[in-house]
Amino acid sequence: MIAELGLALLWIAAALACLSLVAGALYLRGGQKDLAALVRPASVAQGVLTATAFGLLIALFVRSDMSVELVARNSNSLKPMIFKIAGTWGNHEGSMLLWLTILTLSGALIALFEKRLREDTLIATLSAQAALGLGFFAFLIFSSNPFNRLPVAPPDGQGLNPLLQDIGLAFHPPTLYVGYVGLSVAFSFAVGALITREIGPAFARAMRPWVLFSWIFLTIGITAGSYWAYYELGWGGWWFWDPVENVSLIPWLAGAALLHSVAVTATRNALRAWTVMLAVIGFSMSMVGTFIVRSGLLTSVHSFAVDPERGTFLLVLMAIYIGGALTLFALRAGSVAEGKKFALLSREGALVINNLLLTTILALVLLGTLYPIVAEAMGEKISVGPPYYNRVAGPLALILCLVMVAGPLLGWRKDDGKKLWSRLPLAIFAGAAVLFALILFGGKVGILPLLGMTVAGVVAVASLAPLWGRNLRRTPLPTWGMVVAHFGVAVCLAGMGAESAFIKERLVAAAPGDVIKVGDFAVKFVGVKPVAGPNFTSIEGTLVATTSGGQSFTMRPEARTFPGLMGTAPTETNEAALLTRPGGQLYAVLGQPVTSDDGIADRYQIRLWWKPLVWWIWLGGGLIALGATLSMLGRAQLLAIWRARRHRKSQERFAP
Amino acid sequence: MTNRWVLFVPLAIMGLLFGAFIYRLVTPAETLIQSQWIDKPMPLFDLPPATAGVAGLKSSQLADGKPRLVNVFASWCIPCRAEAPQLEALKAAGVPIDGIAIRDRPEDVAMFLREYGNPFDRIGSDMQSSVQIALGSSGVPETFLIDGKGVIREQIQGVILAEQVPEIVAKLEAMK
Amino acid sequence: MRLMLVLLGLLGAFAAPLAAQDRLPPAPYAYEQLRDPAKEARAKALMEELRCLVCQGQSIADSDAPLAGDMRHEVRSKIAAGESPDEIKAWLVARYGNWVSYDPPFDGATAFLWLGPLLFLLLGGWLAFGRFRRGASDDAEDSA
Repeated sequence: MIAELGLALLWIAAALACLSLVAGALYLRGGQKDLAALVRPASVAQGVLTATAFGLLIALFVRSDMSVELVARNSNSLKPMIFKIAGTWGNHEGSMLLWLTILTLSGALIALFEKRLREDTLIATLSAQAALGLGFFAFLIFSSNPFNRLPVAPPDGQGLNPLLQDIGLAFHPPTLYVGYVGLSVAFSFAVGALITREIGPAFARAMRPWVLFSWIFLTIGITAGSYWAYYELGWGGWWFWDPVENVSLIPWLAGAALLHSVAVTATRNALRAWTVMLAVIGFSMSMVGTFIVRSGLLTSVHSFAVDPERGTFLLVLMAIYIGGALTLFALRAGSVAEGKKFALLSREGALVINNLLLTTILALVLLGTLYPIVAEAMGEKISVGPPYYNRVAGPLALILCLVMVAGPLLGWRKDDGKKLWSRLPLAIFAGAAVLFALILFGGKVGILPLLGMTVAGVVAVASLAPLWGRNLRRTPLPTWGMVVAHFGVAVCLAGMGAESAFIKERLVAAAPGDVIKVGDFAVKFVGVKPVAGPNFTSIEGTLVATTSGGQSFTMRPEARTFPGLMGTAPTETNEAALLTRPGGQLYAVLGQPVTSDDGIADRYQIRLWWKPLVWWIWLGGGLIALGATLSMLGRAQLLAIWRARRHRKSQERFAP
Repeated sequence: MTNRWVLFVPLAIMGLLFGAFIYRLVTPAETLIQSQWIDKPMPLFDLPPATAGVAGLKSSQLADGKPRLVNVFASWCIPCRAEAPQLEALKAAGVPIDGIAIRDRPEDVAMFLREYGNPFDRIGSDMQSSVQIALGSSGVPETFLIDGKGVIREQIQGVILAEQVPEIVAKLEAMK
Repeated sequence: MRLMLVLLGLLGAFAAPLAAQDRLPPAPYAYEQLRDPAKEARAKALMEELRCLVCQGQSIADSDAPLAGDMRHEVRSKIAAGESPDEIKAWLVARYGNWVSYDPPFDGATAFLWLGPLLFLLLGGWLAFGRFRRGASDDAEDSA
């Protein structure tokens, strides 16, 4: 009965979405107050019902109910519990239900807690969110029903792919989804504000914490995904400019642009039309990314649920939502006053350049990702990869970082640049010191890493400048957030630059006892031994890495073989061993045995990399997410509410 | 905004984007990478025999006036087994066939020939795929149609199907 | 979304099924570096921009597919023999087309790819700076 109940809840939630939409539309046309009163509770109920349906799906996976098609295809009774649960969203249908759960819960949260917006704008926003939900409910129920029963339940499920049993794989996709779908709130706010023409600081302030919230999750998701690929793919790469990576980066870029432009709208009531458009673009890019991956548009084999019918369904949905929102924008934005004016040398001016550069990078990533399709239509098969992105996006990103130096040191509206010029010398000095040190001692360094590290030096110092001469205890949280996030960008940039400039690679066929020099390490290959895992066999190598200072560390890279399941071929994976040091990471991979001429396999392929400062990349990502979190806490005024409540309580205590 | 047309730019960009999506949904991507080395002379190579009892293959031998097939295969390639009957049929139709064995061991090639027949006049052993790369070939099996002057005229990717056999015979006949 | 990338990786090259694979050891230069660090650096840079023919979106520099290994061998051998990276790339493009290179050339079909971002920046800059000019001139309007 659980599956049937789940499906019934989805239908009821869809009906409520319909109700919200119709009631909201009628209210906005005729202004009947009693209809508006329906929208809030309907939004809350949608969220609760959808979340319950998702909970029921988890229960089906936990109970290994193999009569449900989705469970039978993607789970197995022998799986560890944590992976049974994670299996719920490790497939197309389940992840779409998760997507909807986040969407409707966001709507419920707006309905419950948003008090700053005008009533009609709020209703329009909730109706827009319901409209989004309605399409995805239809998609789920009609073409991706997770609760489908099988006529005959199989004895056990097929989902025992051991390779997918990885904690990173279990929790990385939902993190990204929260980010993707969180942007739907900004989209709905924008649509709502366009409908009622209430585009101003109140709208921007209401939207701002949501933008920060989803951007935090996108940042964490992308950072974690990058680290996961780094240790799992076995070649030490941390970003490949792969289409699937790019479609997660694009909403992040849109979110980054939006959270800066929304600051201008919230504080200065300027850039109004632009902020609205970015809010539309953010979630549009989330949908485009999902469509690209789900329809198998760019990844031609084996991405899950490659189904042209579903692809078409999603495309139609997207055309309605994005097309509708952009048409509304084109018709309404002309009547939106531009907002207050400002000079080039001002906080707003810097943020406009920031937005221009971020959207250009967004456009070029999208262009590069999709251009192979365009070229093929013109009869040429091309590949667009790292050389293109590094050459085109790299310089823009560095200029963006320099603008980031100036922005926080400029005042709103119009600035004489006094503060900027007084605080800049130290930052420029830091950059110059890095540059000279690299030129004098760095050897041959590519131009992009060289400039990257130099800019990182400038940004690292300049990002802290807004705190100089301030009472740190009284500095507001959003300012701290900005400083931490901008400092994180410097850390990340330094890591990227140092890794690509000073990486040391050693590929050797080594016999036990051989010593391999890489970077400052002498790595001794001690030997290999077979190890049996729960569902694989592996060859485990033992390496002892000794630093020039005489410290020794043992590393154990593995080459795993998973037996073929259900008649499939066995698969091999590399488990890299990582040694983290203050100056970077030593990355070791055990490859195949090497047969000598006499036919004895006494040597092994060993791949070693010394990657200077590589972990700064993810530390930087973490700092960016932390900074955004501080800003969000400040903007959501949770602390203010908490303080007010404590204040009230303390007053009550003294009351007679 | 004074220029109202600017407001329609995002909508127009979206239209282009969707155009690309629809194009791709309607015409799915070609996943095979075709060789660009067509209508060009066979690259120079001199491959040792792939197994005992069969001659090796030299590129100069492919310009002896007789149009022929060069089949790129491997004993470890499962589709190649399915292709064996068609190659036999081509040989029976009088088509000369030479083979290039990719990353293969002599004993495995011998076993493959024992089990699935030997339609090849010569088989060169391409241990490091260097001839395969020089041909612009990216998988096994692949078959190249060579005219009498040693010029590559066509590439067939994947298994030759039974219905393609007469077609290939006719094409080679036309090159004479 | 990274999930899908990894699934592709799992099913593709880095966890290649054993059954449909040769049993030969990899070519000498597939997993071995050139002795001359300058030559190795050139080879490495080239390998990073060559696309693995049988993988999903990986360069030959980071794939365990046998054909990628053989292509690395080909590149390193040619570099060792004194060929320049540009010559090797041209040699491969003549065989596999521009698809084999992650660095698309500038030609009729790719003009918009290379110039598009610049056009976008110029158009956006023109719109934005129009604002600044106006903004700077009529300060009085600000209080409105």
